[in-house]
Amino acid sequence: MDNIAGSKSSLTWVVHISVVLLVALWLFPTVGLLVSSFRTADQIATGGWWKAMLPAEQNQTFRATDPDDEGAQSRDGDLYVIEGNVFEGAAVGEISVWGTSSREISAYQAGETADLGDGEMLTVQANGDYRLTSPTEMSGRGQRIFTTAVTPPDFTTQNYKDVLFTEGSGGGMAKAFFNTLTVTIPATIIPILIAAFAAYALAWMDFPGRALLIAAVVALLVVPLQLALIPLLRFHNEIGIGKGYVGVWLAHTGFGLPLAIYLLRNYMVGLPRDIIENARVDGASDFQIFVKIILPLSFPALASFAIFQFLWTWNDLLVALVFLIDSSGETTVMTKQIVELLGTRGGNWEILATAAFISIAVPLAVFFMMQKYLVRGLLAGSVK
Amino acid sequence: MHPALQGLLTILIGVGGCVGYFYFSNQLLDKVLFPAKGPNIGRNINRANMIRPWLFLAPAIAALGLYLAYPVVATFWLSVTDRDQGGAFVGLTNYSQMLAEPKFIEALRNNMLWLIIVPAASTAFGLLAAQLTDRIKWGAIAKSLIFMPMAISFVGAGVIWKLVYETRPVDVEQIGVLNAVYLALGGTEPQTWLTIPLWNSIFLMIVLIWIQTGFAMVILSAALRGIPEETIEAAIVDGANPFQIFFKIKVPQIVGTIIVVWTTITIVVLKVFDIVFAMTNGQWETQVLANYMYDKMFRAGDWGVGSAAAMIIMLLVTPILVWNVYNARKEMR
Repeated sequence: MDNIAGSKSSLTWVVHISVVLLVALWLFPTVGLLVSSFRTADQIATGGWWKAMLPAEQNQTFRATDPDDEGAQSRDGDLYVIEGNVFEGAAVGEISVWGTSSREISAYQAGETADLGDGEMLTVQANGDYRLTSPTEMSGRGQRIFTTAVTPPDFTTQNYKDVLFTEGSGGGMAKAFFNTLTVTIPATIIPILIAAFAAYALAWMDFPGRALLIAAVVALLVVPLQLALIPLLRFHNEIGIGKGYVGVWLAHTGFGLPLAIYLLRNYMVGLPRDIIENARVDGASDFQIFVKIILPLSFPALASFAIFQFLWTWNDLLVALVFLIDSSGETTVMTKQIVELLGTRGGNWEILATAAFISIAVPLAVFFMMQKYLVRGLLAGSVK
Repeated sequence: MHPALQGLLTILIGVGGCVGYFYFSNQLLDKVLFPAKGPNIGRNINRANMIRPWLFLAPAIAALGLYLAYPVVATFWLSVTDRDQGGAFVGLTNYSQMLAEPKFIEALRNNMLWLIIVPAASTAFGLLAAQLTDRIKWGAIAKSLIFMPMAISFVGAGVIWKLVYETRPVDVEQIGVLNAVYLALGGTEPQTWLTIPLWNSIFLMIVLIWIQTGFAMVILSAALRGIPEETIEAAIVDGANPFQIFFKIKVPQIVGTIIVVWTTITIVVLKVFDIVFAMTNGQWETQVLANYMYDKMFRAGDWGVGSAAAMIIMLLVTPILVWNVYNARKEMR
């Protein structure tokens, strides 16, 4: 018996560790994007985001004050001196090594003095203070200083300001955000209304052809919406709505309906028959039964579908590309904006990460708040 | 007008229109056409009740017919006609033209790989995650974290994974995790992962597997909980080890659910578009059918071949469609 108990507890540890690994693996990519969205372009380019929490070693290039500037050089005995701080108060760090040419950026330790020839001497301290001395008056451009400094972890919200509000610098996400919202909310509410009535009819009303209609809904559940693109775009052009919000709402309504009807009907069929029949006996009409009894009771199913449809329309790219976004680009949605950024600014991770995170944030919030309903809907829709 | 205001207004109009339709059409039916009073009260009520289901169903039937059923027929018709010849019937020309294109063959081959690997991997990981998280206290948190990618758009996931696959020149520090790990494990130089044929398709598939595993996990976890305790207890009494219990007792009892998960993910895979569109756009031999179709329809403007590609997707979905309808009908009896 001891034997079994022992093997069991070691197995429990294996389970715990496996789950930790699995969760870490699943979370890691998203965390990377989140951390990157709070770093500056320089930081992203010089080190992996997983090092962002630790002090980072950074190579930077500075120029000492230009000797020709007014009052740049002071006299110290018989020496001409230029003094200053490479960081000029900005991103402060601790310089470990430095150099004066790009080929030897780590030629000197902090505090050491370099001989630049012609009697010119340069000293750079760990805190960034430098002192350049020369027996003769100096001229030409400012001396270049290459530093390797350890900078403490540093996060910024500047990316979010840029991406949301600055037009041009990959910005304009605020507009795309509102456009996405404009697409999403009606495209979520309208199919729910239409589907709820249809589901009630399919669940509780008796009429010829009911079974056939239910089968048709199940069939349409898997029809790829790719087939609908050209015929419907032509149809939209013919009836004069062309590309625009109305078109995209109608399209999302049509594509979301099979799942909505299927989920809601499955749920409504399970409601207790007594309640509905008692109401009928009491003289309630079908419309009253539906509005006063069925709708409130079906709230969980309505919520599940609402979440599905919201996530789907918010995250959609294809339907928006085909039915909404015209050449003016005024109605661009966030997913399209991100794809565009991937093409034009594929290397600017600070912009990409921030833009992507702005579009991900809302669905994630909805997901964590309403997870219960989402899971319930998934189970109702699939486990059969 | 500000887009937010405009949006709000249209929500009101759209929703108001829907509610208004249902309310007033019912009023019309009950009060004007067949009022429940007067000499014909019985007949009127019966007639109203015969018509009402169709009143409730009308908007849904119209939308489903127009937006899903009609396009199947219309797309089929487009696939056997030629836009440049004013829509003349050309038989199977579009299909043969498409079959002769190397890009289509590539898309078909890649789609087959996607169809095998993604559902298999997602289901396997989902089953593993479901089984493991069911046994521990903090399983619910673990589950919701693994489930989380479900809420992320394919495009967002594309960006997330592109950062993982990012490549920097050889003498610069790598910022993509994959290259950093690759170099740390003794790789000689950073790889541009998304440009290596076949491997790049796998890297794109990983994105979808990452998203779909949570879905598989949630459903399979519910199925695992539904297994009667007695069967497991009996197996323990008989001295079965945990692996035997899992593979010989639990898995056979949830085979039905596994098939449902598998087919649902298969349908997602067949429609996969955004990931490829955003990450490689079909370059470096990563083309898939849905993206090929989009290319043909909206970049090349070739509706015939594009529709033919869409019909191929439809054809691949059809067995699942038939199976689903068959099961739904069996269940309703």
